[in-house]
Amino acid sequence: MTACHEVVNPDLMVSIKDGSYLVALAGQPNMGKSTIFNNLTGLNQHVGNWPGKTIDRCSGQFHFAGKEITLIDLPGTYSLTANSPEEIIAREFILRERPDVVVAVVSAANLERSLYLVSELITLKAPLIVALNMMDVAEQEGLRVDTDALERTLGVPVVPMTATRSTGTSVLQKVLDQTLLRELKPNPVVPDIRSDHRQIVDELLSEISGFIPIPYPSEWIAFKLLEGDHEITRLMQAQLPTERWETVQTILKAHEDAFLAIVSARYEWIEQLIRVSVIHPRLGQIGITDRLDRWAAHPFWGLAILASILGLVFELTFSIGVPVQSWLAHQLIAPLTSSLSSILGGAPVWLDSQVINGVMGGVGAVVSFLPIMVIFFAAFGLLEDMGYMARAAYVMDNLMHMMGLHGKSFLPLFLGFGCNVPAVMGARTIDSRPARLLTILVAPLIPCTARMAVVAFLAPAFFGSQAILVTWGLVILSVGMLVASGALLNQVLFKGQRSAFIMEMPLYHIPNGRTIGLLVWQRSLSFLKKAGTTILAISIGVWALSVLPGGSLQTSYLAQLGHFLEPVGRWMGLDWRLTVALLTSFMAKENAVATLGVLFGAGGSSLAQQLAATYSMASALSFLTVSILFIPCAATVAVVRQETGSWRWTLLNISFMLALSVGAASMVYAVASRIGM
Amino acid sequence: MPHGTHFYSPLTELSSGERAVIFQFNIPNTTVNRLLSLGFTPGVEISMMQNYGRGPLVVVVRGTRVALGRSEALGILVNRRYQ
Repeated sequence: MTACHEVVNPDLMVSIKDGSYLVALAGQPNMGKSTIFNNLTGLNQHVGNWPGKTIDRCSGQFHFAGKEITLIDLPGTYSLTANSPEEIIAREFILRERPDVVVAVVSAANLERSLYLVSELITLKAPLIVALNMMDVAEQEGLRVDTDALERTLGVPVVPMTATRSTGTSVLQKVLDQTLLRELKPNPVVPDIRSDHRQIVDELLSEISGFIPIPYPSEWIAFKLLEGDHEITRLMQAQLPTERWETVQTILKAHEDAFLAIVSARYEWIEQLIRVSVIHPRLGQIGITDRLDRWAAHPFWGLAILASILGLVFELTFSIGVPVQSWLAHQLIAPLTSSLSSILGGAPVWLDSQVINGVMGGVGAVVSFLPIMVIFFAAFGLLEDMGYMARAAYVMDNLMHMMGLHGKSFLPLFLGFGCNVPAVMGARTIDSRPARLLTILVAPLIPCTARMAVVAFLAPAFFGSQAILVTWGLVILSVGMLVASGALLNQVLFKGQRSAFIMEMPLYHIPNGRTIGLLVWQRSLSFLKKAGTTILAISIGVWALSVLPGGSLQTSYLAQLGHFLEPVGRWMGLDWRLTVALLTSFMAKENAVATLGVLFGAGGSSLAQQLAATYSMASALSFLTVSILFIPCAATVAVVRQETGSWRWTLLNISFMLALSVGAASMVYAVASRIGM
Repeated sequence: MPHGTHFYSPLTELSSGERAVIFQFNIPNTTVNRLLSLGFTPGVEISMMQNYGRGPLVVVVRGTRVALGRSEALGILVNRRYQ
């Protein structure tokens, strides 16, 4: 074909490169973008980070009609104004990487809102395809969308889809192919500017033209300046000579309200599109979402429902996850350890011992937590995909306010009950940096399953039938400490500032097994990767301290440290052995029990008996308190470092928790020994 | 209530089920920008879904349910023409 001679608008030209193409998938949150991404790429995807940012970057490959297509899943954004790092990533990608096509995912059930991003995307140079997803939900809500009319009025291809049922994927591929081959002649209709604003834009353009860095389109820059976009404002301030910048500022000052007019013009453009393409249902009907929300988002019943769901997840964790975990530990990790040790029989002792104890002890322990994590990830994914998680965040908002956070921070903290590692990583979904940092700093105070395992072993040994009471007391103590620390840290570090709570409450819908499955798969994979890299390194380090120089724990550097720290331990009623046990819990929390096993030369119930005979109840209670509040484990420290991007915050986190745990345990010991425990 | 004049009040004063029209914003521009991209523009109809007098509230704007913190809602002035 000879399309290249017929191209009307050269800006819309698609570059042809040896059959490989770059396609970006854009869309607002809750539009089913990930499901479309999964449908197109299957398991052939890679999750990484955007350079310099802690935001997931998903890319994948697929082949269609002899073409190799690299699909980039841009972060979900409501607009292209720099309200958050996600928006900057999305627009910088489209402007700088020049994808051959941008696919904009919109929801047929919520066209008015979701077309807003399209109103911005359509002004950029990249060829656009609109994927009109959630046709089934629209139908349920009684909405009828005339796809052809929408396509005609927009001037770009529109593909109706129901991604959860994989409908429309092949049509999307075909339209993508036609767009790449330039078989279609798009004629995008962009939002109009009112004439009075046209004049302002022209005024701005005459000041800034010639100073606009590649690859930014000049009119786009003018609009972003009027919208008060701080990134673009900063960029142009740096580009322009001082006098010109002052003139620009005078223009902007005189039209401070222009951003309202620009946004309103986009919505007027959307309203026109809706008028020709959507037939609205009878009004006044109460949808399923409203009916469910009367309970799920009720200030009292909502909390009760959330508590029951959490209870159910814990129940599942302990009835399925824990047995599978111990099965893994005994049937997989232990035999692997012993077969490794027989293979390494001829190797030097240091290597043998390093592999067995350092690697298998640390990493093996973390890996054996995978079943528990899978349950948590699956529960989380299911609740998220159904649309429930926004309700959980909403009903928790009041409580989270006490620590200067808002409802959204509750979601990663929930994961923390399984393991603190994904809790810290999950904080990346929180939009403001202070709130994100604060969430990361308090996340390690959530009692994870590993710490609960230590409590579950020691509490019955000392407290018999009262063990359950002690356990609950410790959980309540941790959560109380979390709230108090959050409030304190917010006052001290962030001057009590509070970020705005604005969150979409998506419609409830039937969860998609495939989406949840892939989510569990990716999160588990990244958890395992972490275990294979950072956790491995730190495990070997901590292990080395526990065997060097003599080769046994009793005479190791760690034991020496334990003896050295014994005076501190004494405040809490701990002897050097309990102190060493506490120190080894840094490698992995459940190591505390294993270390006591080594030091007492016993295991299981005989260890429990020996401990009960050796220590007073006051010491035991104090040890449990300090264990549950102690510094985050090595794996958590590693991700705190990664997610905050700074050792300062990491060290602050460690020292804060150290002070908190030692302080709390000392107090517990003082009170408990006074009342004669 | 005065005749023929409009009645402006913060969004927090609407009770569940009540509708109004957004009049203007009295919150930092960064927050306004986020609201704008969710469809909260002056002149648009807003319906209160849930307002229990304290804590966050839920509104519907342009067919989208949005949860708002109470302090954000205080800075959104609405015109209760349906009164």
